[in-house]
Amino acid sequence: MARVNHPVDPAPIAFLQGKALALRRHMIGMARQLGQGYIGQGLGIADTLAALYFHELRYDPADTRWAGRDRFVLSTGHYSIALWAALAEAGVIPVEELSTYGADGSRLDMSTLDTTPGVEMTGGSLGHGLGQAVGMALGLRLDGGDARVFVELSDGEMQEGSTWEAAMSAGHFGLDNLVALVDCNGIQADGKVVIEIEPVADKWRAFGFVVSEIDGNDMSQLVHALHGARSRDRKPKAIVLRTLPGKGVRTLEQREKAHFVRVEPGEWDDLLIELEANAHG
Amino acid sequence: MAEAARGGRTRAMGESEQVAGTSIEAPFGKALVELGHARNDIVGLTADLGKYTDIYPFRDAFPERFFNVGMAEQNLVAVSAGLAHTGRTPFCTTYGVFATRRAYDFVAIACAHAKLNVKIVAGLPGLTTGYGGTHQATEDLALMRMVPGLVVIDPCDATDIMQATHAIADHDGPVYMRLLRAAVPVVLDPARYAFRIGKAALVRDGGDVGIVSTGFMTQRALEAAAVLAERGICAAVLHMPTLKPFDADAVAALASRVDRLVVAENHVSAGGLASQVAEALFNHGAVRRLARIGLPDAFIECGSVPHLQAKYGILPQDIVRAVTDA
Repeated sequence: MARVNHPVDPAPIAFLQGKALALRRHMIGMARQLGQGYIGQGLGIADTLAALYFHELRYDPADTRWAGRDRFVLSTGHYSIALWAALAEAGVIPVEELSTYGADGSRLDMSTLDTTPGVEMTGGSLGHGLGQAVGMALGLRLDGGDARVFVELSDGEMQEGSTWEAAMSAGHFGLDNLVALVDCNGIQADGKVVIEIEPVADKWRAFGFVVSEIDGNDMSQLVHALHGARSRDRKPKAIVLRTLPGKGVRTLEQREKAHFVRVEPGEWDDLLIELEANAHG
Repeated sequence: MAEAARGGRTRAMGESEQVAGTSIEAPFGKALVELGHARNDIVGLTADLGKYTDIYPFRDAFPERFFNVGMAEQNLVAVSAGLAHTGRTPFCTTYGVFATRRAYDFVAIACAHAKLNVKIVAGLPGLTTGYGGTHQATEDLALMRMVPGLVVIDPCDATDIMQATHAIADHDGPVYMRLLRAAVPVVLDPARYAFRIGKAALVRDGGDVGIVSTGFMTQRALEAAAVLAERGICAAVLHMPTLKPFDADAVAALASRVDRLVVAENHVSAGGLASQVAEALFNHGAVRRLARIGLPDAFIECGSVPHLQAKYGILPQDIVRAVTDA
C-alpha cells in the first residue's frame, strides 16, 4: 500500500470493479455473522466507496489523521457496513476485525462513531454531514492546501432542512474543494422515499453546485464523474448517484425495498453464490 | 407617544439597563480580537446576528477568518464543528433561543458528542429583551447543562466576559457562553477577580445570609447586599459564572456557615442555578432553606425590559425581599 493514494489516469476500471466485489464479499460476511445489517444500502454504495478509496481519495492508511488528507464524510452512519469493508480493504483496520460488526464492545458499530480510525464524523443523526463537510472545506481552504472533502449523503437526507442550509452556504462560499455524493437509492426508514424529492439534480444546481447525475453502480461513470468534480472553479460539486439497494446480489436487488432488508439464516450461502455469479457472469 | 418611544428603546436587544459607572463597549468582541491576533486558529461565525452579538470587531480585523452563514443556526453549529474538525477554534454567535431550541441536536452531536472545540456565544440571555418568548432565552442554561461535556457559562459583567472569552478559547472542548453586549458594566475589579472555568467566586463575604447568583444577577446581588448591609444584615455573594462543571463544594461551604440561601438567576427557576444549588446541597447532606429568585415556568410576553424584569421579580429589591421575608 502506497503511503498516499494518488489518483492515476486512466483509471483501472477492472481493478476498481474487483475492489467493489471485495467490499461486497466483506459486507455479506459481516451481515451473516451478525444475522442482520444494513446490507441493502451497503451493497448499493459499494462501487462509490471502491472508486473513492482505491482511486480518488488521497489518504494514508497508516496515519488516518494526516493533516493533508482528503476527508470522506459518511453522513448516513447506518451505511457503516460499507465503510468498515472499505477501511479494511484499504488497510486502515484489520480484515479479521470485520467479524465483530455490530457486536457488543466492537468499534465497528452498526452506525459510525468518530472514535473508530478512518471515521471523520459520527453519523446517525441524519442531516449533519453536509454542514460539517462545509466547515471542513472552509478549514482546509484556510490551510491553503489542496485537500478536498467528499461527503456522502442520502436522498432521504434531502428532506432535512439542515441539508439545504448547508447546500446554500457551500454555494455561497464557493467551495470547489467540496464534493457531495448524493446516494439516491429510493428508500428511507418508512419504505420508498416518502415525500417527493425530485428533481434532485435541479435542486443542487439551483443551490450553486456543478452537478452530474450518473448510474452509481457503473464504475466507468463513477470515475468519469469524480474526475469532472476535480475542477477548481469556485463552485461545489454534486454527483447524484442513482443506486440499486442490494446491488450485486440478484435476490436482494429484487427483494422488497426496505430500510432494513430481511435475510433468512439459511440464505447467506446462496447470496454469496449469486454475488460471485453476477460478478463473473 | 413619549411613553411608546421610551418603551421601544427599552425593549432592548441585549443592551444592559444600568450603565452608570464604568462600562466597556463590546467586551466580547474586544477579547475575541485580542485572541485573533494571538492565535491563527481562532475563527468567527454568526448566523445573521453579527451586529447584535458584538462579533463585528473580529470580522473587521480578520475578514478572511469570519463567516456569516445567514439565518441558519443548525448550519452555524454544523459548519463550526467542521471547522473544529480541521483544527480551528470557532467562536459562533447567535441568540440563546436559536442556539438551543433550533440547533440543539447539532450542539449535542456535532459538538459535544465529538468533543470538538466549538465555542457558542449566545445573546439575549434570560430577560434582557422585550421581544417576548421568541427571543428570551429563559431555559437555555437548563437545556445546555444536560448536554454531556458541554461547559456552560453565564458571565456577570464586562470583566467576566473578557476573562471568560480567553479562558474558553484555552479550554479544550465545547462551550456555551451567554453574552452581555453593547456597553456592559464593569462590576468586578479585573485586578482582583479571576475567572476560572468551574470555579465559584466569593465576590462579597458575609455571615448572615448567602446569595448564590450567576450572570448579571450577581450585579444585582451585590446591590442587594449593599441594601441589606444598611439594615444590619451581612450577606455573602457567591458568584457562579460556570453552571457546568458546577462548583458544588463552594455552595456547600457557604451553606455550612449561613442560615439561609437565596439563589438569584436570570433564568427559569427550574433546571438552572437553583436546581443545581439544591442538588449540591442534597448531595452534600447540607439541606437548607432555599429561596429562589428566577423566572417562571412560562413564556414571557413582549414589553419594556424594566417593566418585565420588575413584573417577574429579578430586580435587586426582589433579592432583598427574599432575604428579609424569612
